[in-house]
Amino acid sequence: MNNIAMAERPVNFDLGALRRQFPILARMVRGKPLAYLDNGASAQRPNSVIAAVDDYERNHHANIHRGVHTLSQEATALYESARDRVRQFINARSRNEIIFVRGTTEAINLVAQSYARPILKAGDEILITHLEHHANIVPWQMVCEQTGAKLVVAPIDSRGEVHFEAVAALMSGRTKLFACAHVSNALGTVLPVRRLIAAAKARGIATLIDGAQAVSHMAVDVQELDCDFYAFSSHKMFGPTGVGVLYGREQLLERMPPWQGGGEMILAVTFAKTTYNVLPNKFEAGTPNISGVVGLGAAVDFIEGLDRGAAQAHENALLDYATAALSKIPGLRIVGSAAEKASLVSFVVDGVHPHDLGTILDEDGIAIRTGHHCAMPVMDFFKLPATARASFAIYNTFDEIDRLAAGVERARRMFA
Amino acid sequence: MELNDLYRDVILDHNRQPRNFGGLEPADASVEGFNPMCGDRLTVRVRFDGDKIGDIRFEGQGCAISTASASLMTEAVKGRTRAEALELFERIHRLLTDDAASGEELGKLAALSGVRAYPARVKCASLCWHTLVSALRSSGPQAPAVTTE
Repeated sequence: MNNIAMAERPVNFDLGALRRQFPILARMVRGKPLAYLDNGASAQRPNSVIAAVDDYERNHHANIHRGVHTLSQEATALYESARDRVRQFINARSRNEIIFVRGTTEAINLVAQSYARPILKAGDEILITHLEHHANIVPWQMVCEQTGAKLVVAPIDSRGEVHFEAVAALMSGRTKLFACAHVSNALGTVLPVRRLIAAAKARGIATLIDGAQAVSHMAVDVQELDCDFYAFSSHKMFGPTGVGVLYGREQLLERMPPWQGGGEMILAVTFAKTTYNVLPNKFEAGTPNISGVVGLGAAVDFIEGLDRGAAQAHENALLDYATAALSKIPGLRIVGSAAEKASLVSFVVDGVHPHDLGTILDEDGIAIRTGHHCAMPVMDFFKLPATARASFAIYNTFDEIDRLAAGVERARRMFA
Repeated sequence: MELNDLYRDVILDHNRQPRNFGGLEPADASVEGFNPMCGDRLTVRVRFDGDKIGDIRFEGQGCAISTASASLMTEAVKGRTRAEALELFERIHRLLTDDAASGEELGKLAALSGVRAYPARVKCASLCWHTLVSALRSSGPQAPAVTTE
């Protein structure tokens, strides 16, 4: 990158140093430097996360909450300290409100089965929006089938925006729960969650926010949002896969029955009666993903160590730059142009199927997502079978976007 | 270069101008194939002439590999018996998955061998063939849908 280009594409932090914290970013793919633009599917891990997991595995592993021996106590301390850091990260009132689960999907299923199912009756409604990920659709469809409740879907517009009024108009006395994404994974739309939560709360409707795409991009404060449940995954915020978080308002979690039975979630078991454990252990049956939680704790530290203002400014600059660069390509259409958007671009190119585009870009070492993004209703809305999606993280560069645009242009010429 | 091996001219040509594309009325068999991973969806319709495939057409939406494979397939099996088409399916299946398989005597279909270097794309090429097999084995006009999962 020469100086003139740098001046046009300012980065006001040491991006090179940041990138060096992510060892995978130095690797080659098909003979080219990796340009990892699939962060919406899963973000990469910094050294600190890798080292925390490694240290746990090498030096501290034992089962937690079980033994009196040293390793078990160390493992328990590491696991529970991650809970404290996650509590602080999203500003929950109490550590009892932080439930470790496998990921966002499991968190939503837990709420569907443990919160919604016992209270839903035939004729009740669950309200979602048209842009949800399948993980925020299917668990509600399942609980509706089980209870006779109805799934109501609020519309989006042609820019992929969710309008507050359109959603609020569908909140009624029958609505028992409102669930929506904080950020759309397929379109990048940032939803007006604060207003939507307030409107739901005013009508006595419980709220769940799917924060999978939000936590790595913006500071999340569950008290400020005032939602009842907030779900997110570790691997989209630079932590390991297979672990995620359900935040739940303590009064609601207290009233909810356990979801899965087993070890850890009990206080006493006889064949006549089992006394359930207290929060948060009530919802953590079985041996959890201990090393994953330790890695998540390190990922929280990593994010909190960033200058979040600079990080967000850089991600926004990448979005603007990518939007401009891709818009110049003839026959390319960006899908999703909400006024407030997270750092991802979904697009289609005339005559080039997204899958072919994905393969051609991979030949250049560029990783993007292609397909329906587990949001088939969104694809149906735009009458598309699939899109290509480039999703950016703090460590991405303007050069990588130049390479993306060049690769798309190459694919377009190939199929012309 | 590998990419040119995948997107050979014959593949690009059949993607741009798919042969035997569209509906077929009346059809003796009509089967929908679906690749849930990428959303590819196509319908293969066959009219039999005795034991032979008298006519075959397909429609749907998919990537270049999926469209070209279906186009090449319809050309290759039209006029063949069910047994011959099933045998051809077996050969194509080997061609797509077995590095040692030869494309000899397969004519234009040999162009599909480039897919072997791209495991994620094998399903794109094989979807139409699985759908054809289902159509050949079904007697009714509407056989169960096929998926690649």
